[in-house]
Amino acid sequence: MKTTSAIIIGAGQTGLAMSQALSSRRIPHVVLERGAVGEAWRSQRWDSLCMLTPNWANGLPQAPYNGPDPHGFMTPDEFAGQLEKYVRDFALPVKENINVNRVWHDSTHFRVDTSDGPIAAESVILATGAASRPNVPSFADDVPEWIFQITLDRYKNPRNLPNGGVLVVGGSASGVQMARELRNAGRPVILSTGNHVRLPRRYRNRDIETWLDVTGVLDQLTTEIGDVERAKRLPSPQLQGGTDDVDLNALQSIGVSIVGRFSAIRDGEALFSGGLSHVANSADLKMNRLFDLADAWIEEHGVADEIAPADRPGATVVPVNPRLSIPFDGGEIRSIVWATGFRPDFSYVDLPVFDRRGDLIHSGGVCTVPGLFVMGLPFLRRRRSHHISGVAKDAQELGDLIAKHLRLWRAA
Amino acid sequence: MTQQTEVTTDNGVDLAAILDARNALTDAPEAAQFTWRAECDWINGVHSKTTITGFYGLGEEQERSKEFGIDADHPPQFSASDEGATPVEIVLSGLASCLMAGLATVAQNRDIQLRSAKARVEGDMDLQGIMGINSDVRNGFRSIRVEFEIDADATPDEVAALVAQSQKRSAVFDIITNPSLVHVTIK
Repeated sequence: MKTTSAIIIGAGQTGLAMSQALSSRRIPHVVLERGAVGEAWRSQRWDSLCMLTPNWANGLPQAPYNGPDPHGFMTPDEFAGQLEKYVRDFALPVKENINVNRVWHDSTHFRVDTSDGPIAAESVILATGAASRPNVPSFADDVPEWIFQITLDRYKNPRNLPNGGVLVVGGSASGVQMARELRNAGRPVILSTGNHVRLPRRYRNRDIETWLDVTGVLDQLTTEIGDVERAKRLPSPQLQGGTDDVDLNALQSIGVSIVGRFSAIRDGEALFSGGLSHVANSADLKMNRLFDLADAWIEEHGVADEIAPADRPGATVVPVNPRLSIPFDGGEIRSIVWATGFRPDFSYVDLPVFDRRGDLIHSGGVCTVPGLFVMGLPFLRRRRSHHISGVAKDAQELGDLIAKHLRLWRAA
Repeated sequence: MTQQTEVTTDNGVDLAAILDARNALTDAPEAAQFTWRAECDWINGVHSKTTITGFYGLGEEQERSKEFGIDADHPPQFSASDEGATPVEIVLSGLASCLMAGLATVAQNRDIQLRSAKARVEGDMDLQGIMGINSDVRNGFRSIRVEFEIDADATPDEVAALVAQSQKRSAVFDIITNPSLVHVTIK
């Protein structure tokens, strides 16, 4: 059987960053990828999508963005191209088109059973990411069969949906982008949103990513965030690559109707929470706290003269009496787009490393079986962890921990 | 990063006990399964009295230190005896009290001293619903407004965040804004 020091599962940005970190530490390893490098960026994204963060924020470890358009927004295909180039430039040991069927541990080694045979290793790094399976509420089963339903890993463009009105569920980045795209394609659109994160694309004439970056918000450690479990479940901010805002005000201005969180189906009706104004107010409060931090940073650095004056967007205006129910047989809803997020899929991990809810237990990416590590989950080590700009530091720190594990393992 | 600072804020909330309980229930989710109870006796007309004596939680039956009674009736405008608040007013009271409890707890957790807090609650209802005059009108509230008046050692934004968090953590806010399953049977 083939044996190596470390096996990285997944050749997205996190797996490749880790591969680079291990290469620079001269740790023999292999990266296993079910498809091609950056597969999910190529196959599970819709046609119009651009990266949420500007190009300057999408560099990889030892390979910052140096193209012609640092303030532009790459397409996912272009980003996958960057990943391929990264593999070539650093000669990373990636094996494509390999399925991992099972990760387990015999009495001495990790064993990774693949479509290309088993491999043994002293360490395994799970880098298959946080977004493997669409997370759809269980009551989706009660949606009448004549309503077309789709999740975002399958959606490509408005032509995927039958003619007629659309209920978009979820106030995340993808939910608001769907609502906008479908409305602009002439569809009647209702967007259902619970808790959400509102951010403008720009503040004081800088991309919002600048403020998240310089104020240190993205570098907050998991230990510095009050309720990290809740933070992990927060939807992605209401942003879109480009220059346009996609918050609830912007969507309503193009004719999208907003309703509260889709909470149940009863008697053939979709029921929505009456707490819409609360979630909108909460999102405004949090957005303004970020502006406070940005304003304070500008003040502190004495650069107010060089930066545009404060231009806070107005409060979110939601309907005073949003609809609380919509009957499915009323003809308004022909399709439902579930933009309700994704969950990781570690079903190939056959080790006692899960809690009672089935979530992988880890502390900063270190799992409870020595030698098993995970990357690319929200708030893995810091707020930045599941951003592209977060993989560098996580890979460095975890690379050190992996090297330490290998030393201890060999000494034992 | 736990910082030990001298706690001077006192909203009458035993925060340490609440945080201990939160940790305990995180480790033992079965103990977090509660069943709340109330028993209602018809007195006369539309006057009834609800008694509350205990609940199930923390894995066993729990008794209250004393029995609580809530009279419900309707005002003379409904040709009733006015021996208590109407049931819908009791619902509004439940919402206000739940938000208020959350406010004090969150304030304590954020080290914010409350000096006074009042919530005015209003619920709009079209009586054509319960009277069966117009089947398009629902029985319950069309909308509910809660207005807080809070005096605390905090900025207006911090106060707004307290009120937001109290909604986020409120059982009654959830019960009212989201559908709940209700099963009514006869013994």
